[in-house]
Amino acid sequence: MIEWAPFVLTFKLAAVTTALLFLMSVPLAYWLTYSRYKIKHAVEIFVSLPLILPPSVLGFYLLLAFSPQNAFGKFLEQYFDLRLVFTFEGLIIASILYSLPFMVQPIHSGLKMLPSSLLDASYTLGKGRLTTLFKVLLPNIRTSLITGIVLSFAHTVGEFGVVLMVGGNIPGETRVVSIALYDEVEAMNYGKANLYAITLLIFAFLTLLVVYIVNYSSRLNNQRT
Amino acid sequence: MIEALLKKKLVASQGDMNLDLRFTIQTGELVTFYGPSGAGKTTMLRMLCGLSSPHEGYITVDGEIWFDTTKKINLKPQSRNVGIVFQDYALFPNMTVKENLEYALPRGESRSIVDELMVVMELTNLFNKKPEFLSGGQRQRVAMARALVRKPKILLLDEPMSALDTTLRLKIQDYILRVHREFQLTTLLVSHDVLEVLRLSTHMFLMDNGKIITQGAPGEILPVQALKRMLNELPKSNLQQ
Repeated sequence: MIEWAPFVLTFKLAAVTTALLFLMSVPLAYWLTYSRYKIKHAVEIFVSLPLILPPSVLGFYLLLAFSPQNAFGKFLEQYFDLRLVFTFEGLIIASILYSLPFMVQPIHSGLKMLPSSLLDASYTLGKGRLTTLFKVLLPNIRTSLITGIVLSFAHTVGEFGVVLMVGGNIPGETRVVSIALYDEVEAMNYGKANLYAITLLIFAFLTLLVVYIVNYSSRLNNQRT
Repeated sequence: MIEALLKKKLVASQGDMNLDLRFTIQTGELVTFYGPSGAGKTTMLRMLCGLSSPHEGYITVDGEIWFDTTKKINLKPQSRNVGIVFQDYALFPNMTVKENLEYALPRGESRSIVDELMVVMELTNLFNKKPEFLSGGQRQRVAMARALVRKPKILLLDEPMSALDTTLRLKIQDYILRVHREFQLTTLLVSHDVLEVLRLSTHMFLMDNGKIITQGAPGEILPVQALKRMLNELPKSNLQQ
């Protein structure tokens, strides 16, 4: 029988990461879309880096940064009593950085696709930036928001390299499903490994199915217009 | 009265252009800005409502300064009492007709103006429909009604009938004249259509390449322009023969 603790931990990690990522990504994507500062292109590259960077590279540098032997890790431990190496909190920060493009990019593209006249119309109707964002922009990029949420959640569920580097393999703390799967393979328990693997496979399939359904119904709506 | 001096260097599709406009519009007038594409008409409207800023100049409305480079005043679009109808109407797709109008209501303002505009623009039957289910003419009327919810002093119309057929154009022209009178507006209409200019406005500005070439009564300016155009085309026709 497989353990359920890694599943609970994985979904807890994915849920917290997705929620925090959503809160961070909306203002970031808004800034990337409407800012006129040239530095935004550099930020855009930084946000997209995890798409091509090997997860172990990101994990390695985060491990160094979080380590209490180095300045940042020492600072966190001294002033906030917070240790990020081999802890759940560390995994959350690593997952946020790792899944950042999966949330920011759909929202950014959604905002870019909206006609600029919607923003102009809202301003000339006396509304400020926040009202425009919450009442006009976000409701009109619902598909992008759902895509971002689903992809970020799924990407966090499937991460391995970053988790192994930053979190290690501590049951109940950092032992997520992908690590448990690796552990079972190492111990030659292929039956158990298969159960972990097939669950992740089904989950990945269902995730993509949701994304396709959402995009398909949105395309249908657009065609009707 | 609107008094404006607007100067800005623009990068247009045909190359760089120096927008340099000076005009005065009397309160209650319905004026048109007529000219070819790329003459700077839409940019001028965007400057009036604060969506774009001139590099140099001023805009005063009934003595109130909206923009002045020397005094470093630049009111935000939200603070300028102006309604604008965009070329693509810019209706919010997530809201129904009524919600589009209610969105424009200032906080604490009575909803009676929304109901009044729904009646004036004959939108009562469409109140619950989203913009995607409306025809071009209906969208146009919603956009105009929405622009009037804040009871603006000035109404700006950016080629509002360019996407409509002739029958609808005539009908929308009637709506424009009606709201212009009923709401005692000063209306600025950007148009490509000679008949529209002749039918709607009492005063017109002929624009080209960022400048006002001439201004006056459409009935006097347009025939002269048409004659000039014909004369310009004559030698070419002869050569072709």
